[in-house]
Amino acid sequence: MTMRIRALARSLVLDPLRVIRRNKMGFAGFLVLSFILLLSIVGPLFIPLDTKTKIDQIYNPPSWKHILGTDSQGRDIFSQIVHGGKDVLLVAFLSSAISSMIAVTFGSLSAFLGGRFDSLIMTVTDIMLTIPHFPLLSVLAAFVKFTSPVMLAVLLGLLAWPGFLRALRAQVLSLKERDYVQAARVLDLGLGHIIFREIMPNMMAYIAIAFILGMTGAVYSQVGLIMLGLVPFSGHNWGVMINLAWTRGAIFYSGSMSYILAPIAMIALFQWSMVAFTRSLEEVFNPRLRMGQ
Amino acid sequence: MMKEQKNTADARKAAADPVIQMDQVTKTFPWGGSILSRRRTAKVLDRVSFAISKGEVLCLVGESGCGKTTTGKLVAGLLNPTEGRVLFHGADIWKMDPQKFKAYRRAVQLIQQDPYASLNPAHSIFDTLKAPLVRHGIVRTQEEALSRAKELLQTVDLTPPDDFLFKYPHQLSGGQRQRVSIARALTVNPEFIVADEAVSMIDVSIRLSIIALLSRLKNELGVTFLFITHDLAMARYFAWEGRIAVMYLGSIVEIGTTARLIQEPLHPYTKALLLAIPEADPEITRHKQTLPVRSLDIPSLLDLPSGCKFHPRCLFFIEGKCDVEVPQLTPREDGRLVACHLRSA
Amino acid sequence: MQATATKTAPILSTRDLWLEYSNRRGTVKAVRGITIDLYRGESLALIGESGSGKTTLGLSLIRLLPGSGRVRSGSILYEPDGRTQDILSMSEEAMRRFRWQEIAMVFQSALNAFNPVLRIWDQIYDTVKAHDGMSKQEARKRGLELLKMLQLDPERVIRSYPHELSGGMRQRVLIAVSLLLNPKILILDEPTTALDILTQRNIIDLLRKIKTELDLSMVFISHDLSLAAELADRVATMYAGSVVEIGPVNDMFYRPRHPYTVGLIKAVPTVTGDYRELFSIPGSPPDLVDLPSGCKFHERCDRATKRCHEEEPELVPVGDGHYVRCFSAT
Repeated sequence: MTMRIRALARSLVLDPLRVIRRNKMGFAGFLVLSFILLLSIVGPLFIPLDTKTKIDQIYNPPSWKHILGTDSQGRDIFSQIVHGGKDVLLVAFLSSAISSMIAVTFGSLSAFLGGRFDSLIMTVTDIMLTIPHFPLLSVLAAFVKFTSPVMLAVLLGLLAWPGFLRALRAQVLSLKERDYVQAARVLDLGLGHIIFREIMPNMMAYIAIAFILGMTGAVYSQVGLIMLGLVPFSGHNWGVMINLAWTRGAIFYSGSMSYILAPIAMIALFQWSMVAFTRSLEEVFNPRLRMGQ
Repeated sequence: MMKEQKNTADARKAAADPVIQMDQVTKTFPWGGSILSRRRTAKVLDRVSFAISKGEVLCLVGESGCGKTTTGKLVAGLLNPTEGRVLFHGADIWKMDPQKFKAYRRAVQLIQQDPYASLNPAHSIFDTLKAPLVRHGIVRTQEEALSRAKELLQTVDLTPPDDFLFKYPHQLSGGQRQRVSIARALTVNPEFIVADEAVSMIDVSIRLSIIALLSRLKNELGVTFLFITHDLAMARYFAWEGRIAVMYLGSIVEIGTTARLIQEPLHPYTKALLLAIPEADPEITRHKQTLPVRSLDIPSLLDLPSGCKFHPRCLFFIEGKCDVEVPQLTPREDGRLVACHLRSA
Repeated sequence: MQATATKTAPILSTRDLWLEYSNRRGTVKAVRGITIDLYRGESLALIGESGSGKTTLGLSLIRLLPGSGRVRSGSILYEPDGRTQDILSMSEEAMRRFRWQEIAMVFQSALNAFNPVLRIWDQIYDTVKAHDGMSKQEARKRGLELLKMLQLDPERVIRSYPHELSGGMRQRVLIAVSLLLNPKILILDEPTTALDILTQRNIIDLLRKIKTELDLSMVFISHDLSLAAELADRVATMYAGSVVEIGPVNDMFYRPRHPYTVGLIKAVPTVTGDYRELFSIPGSPPDLVDLPSGCKFHERCDRATKRCHEEEPELVPVGDGHYVRCFSAT
């Protein structure tokens, strides 16, 4: 029994880690992503947010005390970066989770049930695809009060699924004709088994990658909306930082460059790390590569 | 002579209580169709009838595109007929109550052609075998599953089973994968197996061992077979005491006991096919008298020839008859069935 | 028939040829020390299963190797008229002329060998254009002539796109295209695999015809023994990258000496003739990345002795033109 547990640990933790390390780009992405997650989730517990206005320290350049300098009110930028990530990550994760859930559920049902249901889903999807999202969000923002990042995430998630759904449906349509799926049908293993045990494992890489790319999309949408001031929610957030830096004229002072560049750099780094990490994911989900053959 | 009479008697018995029976089954598939072109139908099977009785082997032989794989899928319940019925012990499988259908599903299994596509790459061999065992309540515990899976691997000559149990398909050779596919079909103790080109993608040197394994299932477990192949020599070898059905463009043109059909083919297509086969024996193959065909082009399923479908290629074509009248599969006194105007005249 | 064939001079020879290529798992030793002659006017069949190295050997004869492929040692000599050319040391430019003009190859997959958006005429013209010395008119005339020789309706076929032709027609067009520049040697990789039986018969008859009419030497690469039985003057069985037995076709089929050849023949049913018990060879074909020690067949051989585990046998003569790589055969 211990052997089986050890085997399980190996296949769930050690093997994926080994595979991740094999792709250098993916491994770099993995490290940066881990660092950002750690900084944004654990960081705030140790680094207090600097909220006190200090008029004698406006736009100080980076120094040992303030490694990224200070903002228009003399507050430490680094502490804002540390605290500003959580909401961005939360919105990205939640919104992509919602859109993925919709895409996976309805995409696979659509492919499996076919007929009228399929036509209905595809029509709705096509309509959703043709709506320009950004203007719609801007208009919605005028009517809906965004008080929390969760609300924003839900809204973004509800708009982001159509492309993913179409691609997923195509995948399922091809996978469900595979010989081993037919064998499972003949063996009467049931629709649940066929979807979750035969088809899903062969789509996990695809779903994981689409999920991560969905997160990058959500990051852009939310930061864009916040930066343009269309979603005026308060709090500390990389998007809000850019918005503030922009509206308070940080771009006009050479000493204040880090105020606007730091959140932009964090967002860019976060996006890059996720895209790079997807390179490793494909290998993690492929048993052939996982087994090191 | 004695043997032939016995075979005829067997054939009659087969008709009386078949495990699987195809009753005038037609299958069409829609083809194309857009704003610019009319939607057409491809008639893949055209009123196909045959019956297979317990313990028997029926080989379905034909060239690519003749509908033999579609027939296999219909028998295995993966497709439903456009017209006609597929019967399991006399009951239409698509009109069964769910309980009966479940029993049919377990009783009829399928072995596919491509050993590289028939196993899920994401599952270990044990997982592949365990799923049906657990699903159908054949085993209750992990230990039972393990020991049953080992037995099955032993049955298909993957020994010692421990070497294979936790491997993934990509770690096995084509022949080994095919054995796993067979073991998977055996998990539910089927009484009927559809083997669709089960050895055509296997290396020559190990092909025979898979055939031997299937023969053993037939002889020791009493499994009834529909053996689908393009290889008449392999059909003859596997169905030495069984029957062969020759299919052309969705219709059965001839059915008979293996020995009689090979010795004295009655349908011009069967004859042309037999005489054209290259044989692994230089003396035999270089001195074969081949029967030429009038055309090498196989007609499209979207635009089938009128009358007998073989008439545009047939050397014995009778104008005004073969291209007008559809020949019916007619029984002859030796128990054989042939669909040819030459033979009914 | 084979006696006369072996009396002529070799037109193509390999000398102790070693080829390998890399894949994800390591180095694939696809061809291991092959010395083989193709005599002028003969048909030689290379018979082997997947992983026997037969396709790699065939490709190497016109120096088309997989991207990671390399020649470790050995030579391939082309001797059409007394002078000798080493194919492996020719320049890229010379090689480009050499292919199709001296040695042509018909690849396995007849559909993939064509560009789907070009008509047959364009494919013919492209093949000719790359080589000088033939005008457009001449090319067309030659193309029509060859298509006719292969029993195709030349005017219709030359205007068709590949998808408009059946598998058998495509295979015949492919053979016609390979003959455009009058090669002296034709290499055919699985020429009848995946074709219907009536079409196979037709292709076999046509190959026999073009061989005599065009005075070709032919190499067939196949897993199919019956193709060798039909067409070959000599047969070579390949196993794990080397030739384990070679000899005149009748010797190979009726007096095989290597246990692998014996096994292969016993494993293939015939449709005519009496019922005979068939046997399969135990085990699986070897892994070219990780080959067994000694004789590469010993793990599957019922005659294997201790010596077979340790030492790889040489190819030794056992009859007129009949060679075997096995300790127990001598």
